Amino acid sequence: MTSTRALMGSAAGLALAAGLATTASAAEITIATVNNGDMIRMQELSPQWEEETGNTIEWVVLEENTLRQRVTQDIATGGGQFDVLTIGNYEVPIWAAQDWLAPLDDLPEDYNADDLLPSIRQALSTDDTLYALPFYGESAMVMYRTDLAEEAGVEIPDSPTWAEIRTAAEAMTDQDAGIYGICLRGKPGWGENMAFLTAMANSYGARWFDMEWQAQFDSEEWQAALTDYLELMTQYGPPGAAANGFNENLSLFQQGKCGIWIDATVAASFVTDPEDSQVADSVAFAQFPNREGVDNHGNWLWSWNLAIPSSSNEMEAATDFITWATSQDYTRMVAEQEGWRAAPPGTRTSLYENAEYQEAAPFAEMTLESMNAVDTDSPSVQETPYTGAQFVAIPEFQGIGTAVGQQFSAALAGQADAEQALQQAQSLTQREIDRAGYGSN
Amino acid sequence: MARAVSNSVKARNTAIAWIIAILIFFPILWTILTSFKTEGTAIADPPVFLFFDWTLENYATVQDRSDYFGHFMNSVIISVGSTVIGLAIAIPAAWAMAFVPGRQTKNVLMWMLSTKMLPPVGVLVPIYLIFRDWGLLDTRIGLVIVLTLINLPIIVWMLYTYFREIPTDILEAARMDGATLRSEVVHVLLPMAVPGIASTLLLNIILAWNEAFWTLNLVAANAAPLTAFIASYSSPEGLFYAKLSAASTMAIAPILIMGWFSQKQLVRGLTFGAVK
Repeated sequence: MTSTRALMGSAAGLALAAGLATTASAAEITIATVNNGDMIRMQELSPQWEEETGNTIEWVVLEENTLRQRVTQDIATGGGQFDVLTIGNYEVPIWAAQDWLAPLDDLPEDYNADDLLPSIRQALSTDDTLYALPFYGESAMVMYRTDLAEEAGVEIPDSPTWAEIRTAAEAMTDQDAGIYGICLRGKPGWGENMAFLTAMANSYGARWFDMEWQAQFDSEEWQAALTDYLELMTQYGPPGAAANGFNENLSLFQQGKCGIWIDATVAASFVTDPEDSQVADSVAFAQFPNREGVDNHGNWLWSWNLAIPSSSNEMEAATDFITWATSQDYTRMVAEQEGWRAAPPGTRTSLYENAEYQEAAPFAEMTLESMNAVDTDSPSVQETPYTGAQFVAIPEFQGIGTAVGQQFSAALAGQADAEQALQQAQSLTQREIDRAGYGSN
Repeated sequence: MARAVSNSVKARNTAIAWIIAILIFFPILWTILTSFKTEGTAIADPPVFLFFDWTLENYATVQDRSDYFGHFMNSVIISVGSTVIGLAIAIPAAWAMAFVPGRQTKNVLMWMLSTKMLPPVGVLVPIYLIFRDWGLLDTRIGLVIVLTLINLPIIVWMLYTYFREIPTDILEAARMDGATLRSEVVHVLLPMAVPGIASTLLLNIILAWNEAFWTLNLVAANAAPLTAFIASYSSPEGLFYAKLSAASTMAIAPILIMGWFSQKQLVRGLTFGAVK
């Protein structure tokens, strides 16, 4: 009896010790993220990582703008609420310069960082050190309806100019049948219409600032870009376009209401998905247009990345998670469970070399071409004092970009003409940039 | 003497009232309907009203992906907790201002109201820093404190207005009969002010339930209420309107049901003292 009790006592002690050991090594990490399809998939697959490591994850899923504000506030005040952040390539260099992000210079060898797309790696690195790992990436390209183009007798080349896009949009427009030649973003915001218009201006040879930080909205290039945008949209665009963002245009295109849609490459997987898109089998792709003679296709580059705030107390587990979620193995796991089409795009060269992916994703080649054409160090053909892409990589851009976006959206709604909108943009941008002290540097 | 109202005027007024009610309720109805559609039907143009293949798929997905009950319990604790604490502070304060007014009472009331004029974002960083230092970030008690404080001016004002309608003579009579201050408040004032207190309670629970600025900014995973639950279904790249609608319907259902059953009390309280 006594020996049994002693045995049970030792067993219980051993179990308790084992339990304590597990508790000590297991970590709980909090991840802040957005509700995009790829992130939802990551949440669904993460129990596998939890099982493998014994760690647990708390998810905080927020709307994009709320997430940006929430995470900025936490990281700036050292709140320490999150161990992994989902942030864009706009934030990464700015936050890295503030020492808000942990440098990722000790990645495991099998992570194969050399496989990351060069433009993405460049965007996420400061002094050759990565400060975030890319989860999925995108550039922008032309998506168009082959059936409508054929019917209208127009052809869109693989690398069209804006003049060719205009001709095609005009030919495809049939407003009586509810078909609009072109759908572009009009909703105001630095990440909404200004993402598109900055890329369009880049492709016209325009720039936001000259080397003395003087705003350039009074330049011929900006004038031409905005005038063409307004003409395209008012003549061949859908009604109420000043309120349309990515999702609204996606909805219009999927229902067969748009001939051409120029937007993020990630849209290609949605519009070719027969489950949601009525035009899935009649969509083709082309590179982001340029103005004749300008060697620039918009320089649009966006990636959603996983980064670790320097205030995190769970560095080890957080690093382990972000290397797992952005690894080649993770991509293979997604492909095994949901097919290659669902693999997170735009981050790794190996994905685009994979024959199965190329077959499952008809947009793969154009996506890769668009992403490789990006140079974030020189967003415009003219010299710029800033880096960036469809944005200017300075902290003030969110405010300035949104204010300028409101002017351009108002012009699209017919409340001002191109000249007035550009004048307003010029004066408000110059005022804000002077106030921030850029010109005096 | 009441004015005679003809039947045609009555019919017209009823029709107008119904139209206004339908207009106000329509967005909620549309959200509920969308929650039963597929994502494809949700964005159909022209929109589909009632004749579509009804599905519970979105509710199943939302239930599967999120911890609804956890968020719901956080909402209940935060909204009820902040309202009850708010009432406990506001009843004596409103009593003092209504029945024993001083020279500065009006100014104090105006000052309390003026705190509501400050945009919350103006004090976000200081409050965030205090919460960080006191370990209140992502805690229910932290949210209860902050919601109590932001709703307190409204509770005091509402109760003050109700209390002012109660004849002072009754309280004086109670005092003459030897009632202590405590029994005057508990046995005389409170029973007469029940409709006002009830409507204040209900209105503040609704306000706290729907509060989305502080609840989104001060919590992460542990104390997140239903407002954070809805926010997690909004997507910048991808059409998830049906799932977002299902999440919204699940989040507003409890408060809608509560409002429905207590509507008499609410209306009675809100119109208390409106007609003299």
